[in-house]
Amino acid sequence: MKRNMIVTATAILFIVLFFLATAIYKKQSQSEQENASSINPEYIQRDYSPTTGPADAKVTIVEFFDPACGTCSAFYPFVKKLMKDNPGKVKLVLRYLPLHQNSGVVVQYFEAARLQGLFWQTLERAYQTRDAWIDHHVVRPEKFWLQLDGLGLDMEKLNKDVQSAEIIRRVKQDIQDAQQLNVNKTPGFFVNGKPLVYFGAQQLQQLVESEIAANY
Amino acid sequence: MTQDKTKTTSQTGWGLIFTCWLIAMAALFGSLFFSEVMGLKPCVLCWWQRIFIYPLAVLFLVGLFSLDRSVVRYTLPLAVIGLGFAIYHYLLYTGFIPESLQPCDKELSCAEINLELMGFVTIPMLSIFAYSGIIALLLIFRKRFCP
Repeated sequence: MKRNMIVTATAILFIVLFFLATAIYKKQSQSEQENASSINPEYIQRDYSPTTGPADAKVTIVEFFDPACGTCSAFYPFVKKLMKDNPGKVKLVLRYLPLHQNSGVVVQYFEAARLQGLFWQTLERAYQTRDAWIDHHVVRPEKFWLQLDGLGLDMEKLNKDVQSAEIIRRVKQDIQDAQQLNVNKTPGFFVNGKPLVYFGAQQLQQLVESEIAANY
Repeated sequence: MTQDKTKTTSQTGWGLIFTCWLIAMAALFGSLFFSEVMGLKPCVLCWWQRIFIYPLAVLFLVGLFSLDRSVVRYTLPLAVIGLGFAIYHYLLYTGFIPESLQPCDKELSCAEINLELMGFVTIPMLSIFAYSGIIALLLIFRKRFCP
């Protein structure tokens, strides 16, 4: 009987310790993340990034994303809804963190499409057709390219722009900033510079709402 | 008198296996903390070491109620194979085995050192400690309680 108790107590102790350590670790990395961004707010936001929503919105969601990431794709309509539900108050800045193999090429296509004013259309098309251009977590840029029909893109110009030095520099910069901020998973959210520590739709909504309450 | 002796031996034996279980549990939760909380992705060799330590956490627990001497027979082979992987991984870390020989893909290199506690304790080292601790305790148990 006594042994029974010892083992049960130990097992419970292990579980409690695990969750305690998790909470402490998250707290610590949160303050680290906040420190990194207070040193240099540019890590979170660069002036070249694609942005949507009213320019004078006081709440800015920054999302580090990977077009091949299923969770990013699933979150996209949710983020759009957050903006729609709070009209005029929220804007979205997208930053690249292509973690999947070859995903960086797709991201460069986005930037090239942006030069033709078709960034958001291309992004949405990419999310809609994810299954068609990802094989076992590996991006097939040639298959992605086939999905771009009917968007009105000048494909010749697109293929030329994809390799532009400025585009490559921007993508590299985004990846470097993500590293500085310890963002190693996508989507990685910041709302007015505050990192979303516990990942989830509800948590993101709460963070956005608390920023709206603080700024309006 | 004889009964007393049996009682103490069984207590020591139980304590030995209980300590083995503690080590296995620490390794289980520790490795989960590294991968799930700290986000250090386990490489292929890490997975092989996990494969041999996770069942130990269950086997030792079962062996504790009521103390089953044959638990050594089932757990020792797992621990020895696991130790083999841990030593191999450690040699990769230290560069004794060149990286080109190891079976991981480029993205998740087994030779890339992700974590150093207090500047020198690496994850494969912890794994070696855990496995060799378990093996040592099991050998003591076998010597004293398995005729």
